[in-house]
Amino acid sequence: MSLLEVEQIRGGYGDVDILNGVDLHVDQGEIVVIIGPNGAGKSTVMKAIFGLVKVREGGIRFQNSGIANLRPDQIVRRGLCYVPQEKNVFPTLTVEENLEMGAFIRNDDFSRELERVYELFPAMYEKRRQPAGALSGGQRQMVAMGRALMLDPQLILLDEPTAGLAPQIVELIFENIRKINDIGVSLLMVEQNAKAALRMSHRGYVLTTGRNRHTDTGENLLNNREVAEMFLGG
Amino acid sequence: MAEFLQLTVYGIVAGSIYALGAIGLSLVYGILRFPHFAHGDLITFGAYFALVPVSILGAPPELTFFFGVAATMILAVAIDQILYRRLRKVAPVILLIASVGVALILRSAVQLIWGPGNQYYSQGISMPWRLEGVNIKPDHLLIVGGAVLLVVLLHLFLQRTKTGKAMRAMSDNADLAQVTGIEVNKVIIWTWIIGGGMAAAAGVFLGIDTRLHPVMGWRILLPVFAAAILGGIGKPYGAIVGGLIIGLAQEYSTVILSPPYKPAVAFALMVLMLIFKPTGLFAGRKA
Repeated sequence: MSLLEVEQIRGGYGDVDILNGVDLHVDQGEIVVIIGPNGAGKSTVMKAIFGLVKVREGGIRFQNSGIANLRPDQIVRRGLCYVPQEKNVFPTLTVEENLEMGAFIRNDDFSRELERVYELFPAMYEKRRQPAGALSGGQRQMVAMGRALMLDPQLILLDEPTAGLAPQIVELIFENIRKINDIGVSLLMVEQNAKAALRMSHRGYVLTTGRNRHTDTGENLLNNREVAEMFLGG
Repeated sequence: MAEFLQLTVYGIVAGSIYALGAIGLSLVYGILRFPHFAHGDLITFGAYFALVPVSILGAPPELTFFFGVAATMILAVAIDQILYRRLRKVAPVILLIASVGVALILRSAVQLIWGPGNQYYSQGISMPWRLEGVNIKPDHLLIVGGAVLLVVLLHLFLQRTKTGKAMRAMSDNADLAQVTGIEVNKVIIWTWIIGGGMAAAAGVFLGIDTRLHPVMGWRILLPVFAAAILGGIGKPYGAIVGGLIIGLAQEYSTVILSPPYKPAVAFALMVLMLIFKPTGLFAGRKA
């Protein structure tokens, strides 16, 4: 049984469908990446899973219960968190307040999760009293991922975690994603840095025009000639 | 010198009242992204609600303050949940127009219930204290002290409580607040509780300082807006400074201008601010 199962979803904004039947699944402990050209609907898949885009047809099951078209605060309660692309921190709140907001729906003590985030990202502990808006792009991404970890989720959705970051920072972000995976959290991400992302992922999906085109292990997709020619720059 | 100090006293008193109104306006703008034109009439309602225990029980306005504040909080939340909540997904300009409608309804309601004439919390003249040729009334201390206390409470709420932090988070980025799992409607209700309570406090203080009248709140809406814009709309801390600047500027202007021009001074400051620094004095960094 998979952690997340997406079956033939169709949907989009208003009357226009962007997703024309997408299938995917994420198993416990996996890192899964979605790649594809611009406009293929990669980010829309994430938003549809998280209740931000209306799903007109098809099913989304998380831990064996349907979550299609639920509100984000209801989905978060089930152990599924989402980190949007860019603008993903509260700039005037301190780093620690950003992390606290991640635990908003919890009324119990979350000091253990806070400690765990600081252990994973020691740089965040040093900056905990600084406004998140004053941090660099890479550090902001850590705050955003840290915030998602505050609910001790089973699965985190990452929408282009390396968008707009310098190449040396990209490496650091991927390393952090691996660290999060090492503590038992599954990840589903959308990435433009397709080669690097496929290298570190267990499996990958190639999406074009709102449909699945290829599905395989990260390594096999890297070695697939058609995929290489289309998306990996030959 | 004595005249300057006297005007400073009046300016700080007026500024405290404007600041309380502007805080609510700024909070609502930060969370809901529309200028709430019915805010002046919430101020009026706060003043008149506090009159209820005065006229029925003969209680002093200092004690009925809390009644006025609580009743206005309920009114503000009710207006939001009944009307504004249905308009969350439409363009902010429609909310703006709706709030002008609410303003008219509220003002007419005040006239229907309490009549169109002036009302007073207490009759008679309270003797001012004279300090170095400057008149200070006990009511002045009450108003400024009350405003300072409310601002301190607001600060503790925004910085220390989970709901206050969520309010700041939502003001930073409402979409992100939603995907983080923050219950948006709960934060909005708290915004109206705080904004409505502050407006009521402004109304009661204005009523203590002058008199009660159905357009008392509408008349100070312009300086209140000017204060909010001066401080950077959406920034409650800026609204406090903005309120004091507008209050002082209006009083100092009476040295060279006739007092009826006071609203024009607030308007001129607001226009100058919008031309030269539309983000306000305390614009934070852009996300």
